[in-house]
Amino acid sequence: MTSESKIYFYPIWLRIWHGINALGILILIFTGINMQYSSPKFSLMNFELAVNLHNISGILITANYLLFFLGNILTSNHKYYRLKLKGLIKRLNLQIGYYTAGLFKHEQPPFPLSEKRKFNPMQKVSYLVVMYFFVPGLIITGLALLFPELIIEKVYSVSGIFMTAVFHASLGFLVSIFLVVHLYVASIGKHPLNNFKSILNGYHDISGH
Amino acid sequence: MLKFCFRTSAFLFNSLVMRSSFQFLLFIFLLGISQKSQAQEKALAPENDLCLKCHTHQTFTFHNKLTKKDDKRMMNPLYILDKSHFSAGVHAKFKCTDCHSADYSNYPHNAELKLEPLSTCLDCHGGDKKYAVYQFEKIDEEFQKSVHFQKSGESFTCSKCHNQHYYQAKSRNSSVVGDIVSFSNEMCMSCHSNNTKFQLISDTLKPALAQIHDWLPNQELHFKNVRCIECHTRVVDSLSVSHNILPKEKALKNCVECHSKNSMLEASLYKYKNIQSRSQVGKLNSIISNKSYVIGAYQNDWLNRISILIFLMALAGVCIHVIVRIIKK
Repeated sequence: MTSESKIYFYPIWLRIWHGINALGILILIFTGINMQYSSPKFSLMNFELAVNLHNISGILITANYLLFFLGNILTSNHKYYRLKLKGLIKRLNLQIGYYTAGLFKHEQPPFPLSEKRKFNPMQKVSYLVVMYFFVPGLIITGLALLFPELIIEKVYSVSGIFMTAVFHASLGFLVSIFLVVHLYVASIGKHPLNNFKSILNGYHDISGH
Repeated sequence: MLKFCFRTSAFLFNSLVMRSSFQFLLFIFLLGISQKSQAQEKALAPENDLCLKCHTHQTFTFHNKLTKKDDKRMMNPLYILDKSHFSAGVHAKFKCTDCHSADYSNYPHNAELKLEPLSTCLDCHGGDKKYAVYQFEKIDEEFQKSVHFQKSGESFTCSKCHNQHYYQAKSRNSSVVGDIVSFSNEMCMSCHSNNTKFQLISDTLKPALAQIHDWLPNQELHFKNVRCIECHTRVVDSLSVSHNILPKEKALKNCVECHSKNSMLEASLYKYKNIQSRSQVGKLNSIISNKSYVIGAYQNDWLNRISILIFLMALAGVCIHVIVRIIKK
């Protein structure tokens, strides 16, 4: 673990957060699909159980989000999320070009990871959007649906609860798309399992990039 | 057999008076326009003034012929009418003596008048084409299958649930689901959360509702947003409101009956609202303007298709990438 090609990328608090988040979101997606597409003829699990599990996991993810938020404030981890807008499109294009062409030609990645750069531009943008827009949006709408008496009844004759629920389900869907892509992109490396091992033991092997 | 259910214990239409053709026509006319003016307060019949002078107040004064003095007494609370509720009800324009004996015009009332059987609901509402839309006979048929009739027989009259003085056809006419729900649930609660009334038909104490429904997630929300009869009756498509109240063992306990694309609520609670909205504002509008949101019941076909398409595209992208990665390895 002390090899020079390995960087201690993921401190223990971050790995605990990520583990809880991964488990919670998987349960939320599974139970959410079960609730949204429930039918008397077919269901993946008991509806009542799905509702209870969804509520419990939602609260767990909310508490866990505070850990993520505080962790980023209190440690230096937040620096990896800083985004420079200038030249962003160009950097994103470079990264997309790498994933769609360069990778297959065994070129070096345009933004090799280092102690100063934990995320490539695509990761940075997608993580920022998911963690600072999608997840907070899901938490706020989710809490509102747990306490529907707090929701404004009508906004221009449209039910507040309906709008909140549609927003919640749509964001949940986008997170599930993110999850598919996130899991797949994590398999890109020297060995498909390297990144999965990294998020468990904390050390990232930079020789593969 | 039909009569038992619609016989009332207190105040009902008096068929003798209904023989007056003018009043009969008036009644039909009122039913006809009731869809529009249901919840509005109507002017009461002036003939009722004398009755209401006493029967809307806590106390009443009369001249005691024996003492030759005016006497002020407390009114029996059961005989006090809420004027504003009465004037919003379907029978608001009726004279008291349409249903109660004309002899009540004399005071002191003859005590034996109380023993006179009153007319049943079907005496006015049954067997007449004018009321066909309400299907009173079908309601009676369904009611006879219900646990209320099975347990209590003919003593369980319509008026046990439907207060003739205040009744409004809410489920048929109201466009506010919350109003329909509270109006309907109050009927059930009038006995099921009131031991005194409950014991009119049962020797036991009323069941503890919160306790026996503790299996139900978000109990309070359910109680507020759906009617008891959603789970405690069997839906009959041809009827506005199902009257076959099931024994508790047969009550619906399967969440997905409502929480699914073909939600049972569409055929019950939202039935009339849906019919109204389809002709006025369209189904989507009726859904998004509902105060409540039923998980699983609001599925939009094109949103479903788009989401499945996006998901498949993401999966396809991943698969193509994997294949190229393997080829170019």
